[in-house]
Amino acid sequence: MDIQTLANEIPVQGEYALEGIDFISTGEQYLTFSLGQEQYAVNILSVEEIRSWEQPTHIPNAPKFVKGVINMRGIIVPIIDLRLKFGIGDAKYSKTTVVVVLTAQHMTKSRTMGFVVDAVSDVLNAEQDDIKAAPAFGGNLAQHYIEGIVNVDENVVTLLNVNALQVIAKQKANS
Amino acid sequence: MSIDLSQFIPTFLEESFEGIELMEASLLTLEQGDAETINAIFRAAHSVKGGAGTFGFNHVTEFTHLVETLLDEMRDGRRDISQKDIEILLNAVDCMRILIEAIRDESTYDESKIAATSKLLAATLNDRSPSDERIDEDIHESSIENLSEEAATTDLEPGLQRWSISFIPEHHLVQTGNDPLLLLNALRELGEMSVLANCNSIPSLTEFDGTELYISWNIILLTAVGKEDIAEVFEWVEDDCQLIISKDEQIDKQSLEITEMTNNVLSESVKEAESPASKIVENTGAENPKVASHAQAHKPKVESSSIRVGVDKVDSLINLVGELVITQSMLSELGNDFDTSKVERLNAGLEQLLQNTKELQESVMRIRMLPISFAFNRFPRLIHDLSKKMDKEIELLISGEQTELDKSVMEQIGDPLVHLVRNAVDHGIEATDVRVANGKPEKGTVSLDAYHQGGSIVIEIKDDGGGIDREAVLAKAKERGLIDESSSLNDAQVYDLLFEPGFSTAKEVSDISGRGVGMDVVKRNIQSLGGRIQIESELGLGSTFKVFLPLTLAILDGQLIKVGREVYIIPLITIVESLQTQESLINRTSGGMVLYRLREDNVPVIPIYKLFNIPAENKEIKNSLLVVVEADGQKVGLMVDDLLAQQQVVVKSLNDNYQQVEGISGATILGDGSVAMILDVPSMITMALKVAKTQQETHIMTEEAMH
Amino acid sequence: MSKILVVDDSNSIRDMVSFTLKSSGYQTVEAHDGQDGLSKAQMGAFDLVITDVNMPNMDGITLCQELRKLTSFQYTPILMLTTESSTDMKQRGKAAGATGWLVKPFNPEKLLATIKRVVR
Repeated sequence: MDIQTLANEIPVQGEYALEGIDFISTGEQYLTFSLGQEQYAVNILSVEEIRSWEQPTHIPNAPKFVKGVINMRGIIVPIIDLRLKFGIGDAKYSKTTVVVVLTAQHMTKSRTMGFVVDAVSDVLNAEQDDIKAAPAFGGNLAQHYIEGIVNVDENVVTLLNVNALQVIAKQKANS
Repeated sequence: MSIDLSQFIPTFLEESFEGIELMEASLLTLEQGDAETINAIFRAAHSVKGGAGTFGFNHVTEFTHLVETLLDEMRDGRRDISQKDIEILLNAVDCMRILIEAIRDESTYDESKIAATSKLLAATLNDRSPSDERIDEDIHESSIENLSEEAATTDLEPGLQRWSISFIPEHHLVQTGNDPLLLLNALRELGEMSVLANCNSIPSLTEFDGTELYISWNIILLTAVGKEDIAEVFEWVEDDCQLIISKDEQIDKQSLEITEMTNNVLSESVKEAESPASKIVENTGAENPKVASHAQAHKPKVESSSIRVGVDKVDSLINLVGELVITQSMLSELGNDFDTSKVERLNAGLEQLLQNTKELQESVMRIRMLPISFAFNRFPRLIHDLSKKMDKEIELLISGEQTELDKSVMEQIGDPLVHLVRNAVDHGIEATDVRVANGKPEKGTVSLDAYHQGGSIVIEIKDDGGGIDREAVLAKAKERGLIDESSSLNDAQVYDLLFEPGFSTAKEVSDISGRGVGMDVVKRNIQSLGGRIQIESELGLGSTFKVFLPLTLAILDGQLIKVGREVYIIPLITIVESLQTQESLINRTSGGMVLYRLREDNVPVIPIYKLFNIPAENKEIKNSLLVVVEADGQKVGLMVDDLLAQQQVVVKSLNDNYQQVEGISGATILGDGSVAMILDVPSMITMALKVAKTQQETHIMTEEAMH
Repeated sequence: MSKILVVDDSNSIRDMVSFTLKSSGYQTVEAHDGQDGLSKAQMGAFDLVITDVNMPNMDGITLCQELRKLTSFQYTPILMLTTESSTDMKQRGKAAGATGWLVKPFNPEKLLATIKRVVR
């Protein structure tokens, strides 16, 4: 029987209205960083730590943007150069080059990876309403990397999807 | 409300496997009148069935139910314990294992085997259980009843039904632990309800007994559920009360108002508060879809990655950590105002730290260690089956089953051991008449033993059979072209021929040990675990196969090497030798492959820098350093820039945060905190062959293009 | 908060029953067989006992009989958790002093709904 119809027909005592209830803020915090001239951000809850650049151990036949692996307190963490991955700016390495270590959940396992960026800028508070969908055209980035964009003053900050960042195509043999 | 129980599936699986092991082991020793054992077997089956039902693995429940029924008959003495039934039960235990494994791996299984065994079980149950037919009838009847009930309900849709219920409890009802008020509350959950309490039979105060119940109730219930569901609320008290549930005329929504009014009138005389049925109906309606989608989204991926650890192991770990903390605080205190006079104390402290670390490492490794009985457990069954199949009487002796072995080594050594035991029964133990003719006891003996020797564990598979006929092996090897006519080999070398691919001394391929996997696979599996196998044999007296395994896979002995800026680790076990190349021994093939003459072998040279596309100091093969390694019977020379130290390293996976990398088996952290890759020699050989092949093809193509 | 004693030799069933009860705000104590259940029962009062029938050392029927001998468990509801829904098993349970029974397969929603008949 259609229980829903039935439920609607039975009078309900003391129906209450939702009007006038204040919604709790849905805002989330994002860590912003720069790649070349552009501003990007990731959810701050996924940030494990921010460390300075050190030469990682090379992974044989890995894609160019995979710089290698480092030892982070006994854990082997791969290092991805986002500038190379996205083709933005110069991939230079200096004492001020920064690695943002991000952790995200993939199915049942969590993954930790370090991402090389030019500089870390700020923490951004973004309400759900402030986040706009990214324009479907243009840009250097494939759509699936982008969670949305936020306007901060005159600048645009692109929010990145950490899960998507951590996916690397299966490595093929070099031949 | 939805409660997600999928988190308990791994526990259920683990428990089921334990139960299945127990069933198997107990069935093998079961004798008539052994009540404790048959009870234990029954309980194990019962638990598997119960758990399976909970998680909705109905095929397991159904199958296990048959097993349980048979066991129940044995337990109650309604059925004798016959060898035939035990065979069927053993077979059924295999099926249960298959079913549970399929759940664990989320894979399919051999349904025909399950169906065949179900049939066997059903047949044997019918055989001697006269009550069976009646049970069948019962089931039949009740299903018909259900059908008619369902049909009735369908007719009434979509109306609510009004029921009047008379509930007259016996005075002693509360003494059973039941509480009539709670029962009425439970009834209220079914719909809208009005209750009238009848207090007429409450006695005078002098006769009043506080533990007795004197009230009865008349109830009007407006609900969508059927009579059975209403009766179910009272199922625990049906013998302790008079209960009449009768259906009032069907009502539609117009008459609802009338009912409401009746309710209001009634409720004035009732003390219990109301809860509107509508609310409940609404809730159910709104929540059900959510429940369904939730259940779908949570299809759990079950991995058997847990490990059971004895409390003593954890305690020793905690003690060691305690000591480490003491050492650490001692050292940091020392560092507060350090001067040269304290160097001695610093050294002592560091020495202590070293000791703590070593003990801690050993202790942590011990957590991964399980007694080898986990691997040995399956052999009584195997020997039982084999001796039946081959008509050889065989006794199995197991010793050293408490010897501990790394969990992952244990998981991978199982199959090779099975093969070796099969081999011992099939090729080792002679047929009974042969044994008698040779003055040996009719019953053959296969013994399994495990013990520690140095840093390895040794597993021995020994039989008192015919031994290995050296001449027969040699003749066969020559016939197969495995060795030259003129070769002179010592015993060990001869026995080693058994592990050559394509070698089999059995006159015919039997279905016991000749199932396409040969001894060569056994050897390869053992090698891939970083171990080795060795044979001792005496003609007429028997053979002993000794398997040497590393205690753990988590730590390996490695040779550090350098190529360009990178440090790599070669597992020591794969290294044959290291040498400086001599120009005269270098041969180039047309495909650009370089072969190096090593005594009678031509060893392909793999320059690591080329394979991994990294800069190197030395790109000349001439006068370079070559580490000759062997994997899967193939020797190759890895060209390196420098040989560094040898040391033990802790293996870490690249998979956790990255992915599998070709040519690399894992990584480790060196003393200076940097990461070094561990070379996967078999995978490197595959890579090199692929490269060589494509190069050869391009080479041919260029030649063709030139013509 | 009602306190419930859960007795079952199967870890998974025991964990599940306990988990389900706890998630509904009941307090639970777990025991792995009848013997263990009895000794835990002797150490404190409970509002409800849920016990398996088939268990090593001491089965559920015996546990039930033993509990009824204790003053503090004279009227405590005792439910048998069983796959055997036959009348025979129910009679044996009742004779031993059980209040009612829960028929496996274990279903959490059903468990919570049915125990409301005997515990608050």
